[in-house]
Amino acid sequence: MSLVFAGVCSHAPGITGRAHMADPDDKETLYSAFDDMREALEASKPDALIVIAAEHFANFFMNNMPAYCIGAADEYEGPIEDPQWLGIERRLIPGNPDLSKRIIAKVMQDVDVAYAEEWKFDHGISVPLHFLTPEYELDIIPVNINCQGPPLSPLHRAWAFGQALRKACDEVPERIAIVATGGISHWPATPDSGKINAAWDKEFLERWCAGDKDALLSYTDEETWQDAGQGGFEIRAFIAISGATIGSQANVHYYRPIPIFAVGCTTGWVDL
Amino acid sequence: MSLYQTQKLLYQLNKDVQMQTSFLADHEAILSDFKLTQEEHDALANKDIGLLYILGVNGQILMHFAAMCGLAWPEYIQAMRDALAVHGNVRAGLYVTTDGKGAV
Repeated sequence: MSLVFAGVCSHAPGITGRAHMADPDDKETLYSAFDDMREALEASKPDALIVIAAEHFANFFMNNMPAYCIGAADEYEGPIEDPQWLGIERRLIPGNPDLSKRIIAKVMQDVDVAYAEEWKFDHGISVPLHFLTPEYELDIIPVNINCQGPPLSPLHRAWAFGQALRKACDEVPERIAIVATGGISHWPATPDSGKINAAWDKEFLERWCAGDKDALLSYTDEETWQDAGQGGFEIRAFIAISGATIGSQANVHYYRPIPIFAVGCTTGWVDL
Repeated sequence: MSLYQTQKLLYQLNKDVQMQTSFLADHEAILSDFKLTQEEHDALANKDIGLLYILGVNGQILMHFAAMCGLAWPEYIQAMRDALAVHGNVRAGLYVTTDGKGAV
């Protein structure tokens, strides 16, 4: 039928795993923002949710690293992390292989993608789903953009991937929602953990809200690494949403740098 | 240096509970399956999280091994900071620190 929802949110493992260490106001306002996003997602009445996440070596490694991969399993297991460490119980999450394969085939008309009939979710998907589909009743289609093991896909290909995904969504009869997850600036799992470049984040989010293609694609990986850390490479997920929603205004509904969560925590979605 | 092999071992270990049990019981049996330098071998055998960070192991792989070794999050961060003081900066990979002065 069409794309009925497109949004972005953070996925940092600390959001659930280190919640007990956070300032209560930080935690409560962020969790409330996730509740708002869940309500907006539910109001769009999706038949399936595509989660574009930059995964972190749960399924893919440098022995065979796809730039883009779409899941096509009938069920997924996650989180791969220790449940106590992440604060999310391990469970099965429903997939939809028929819909996945139709979308993959359509995306392949424009962009070469890998596919996977096995996939274990890490925090990149498990943290968002914990808040957005807490009953785990919605069919999930996971998508990975390699943001961890260089060479990384150029930003303009993330845009093109988003465009191809949108076209595919518009050509299937189901109502499709897409949520892209990732950080903006952050230095996760390093001695710099907790450092957040809020000014850089603000500038990026302004470009994202405007869907400003030239500005979004102008970052070099070297600049991103310098100004926004290793985690900054995950802007590819945000850019894919922009590519999927050309001409539409996006809005940031929550942004707050929360060092114990190691990222500027964000929710936002697009006026479709 | 065979950072690829070190990371591959940890990548597999992070995903495989049975391998974790084997590693904790007899790490040599696991380590011998990978082409490691002596320094990498010793860092893994000694569960030296700080040195593994210096060798260039991606933090998204290393943080799970640290948790498996019983390090709480602040201990994990501190182990890397301590290693920077001892060994100097990270030798390879994306996870070279900028200043090692994060907020947590």
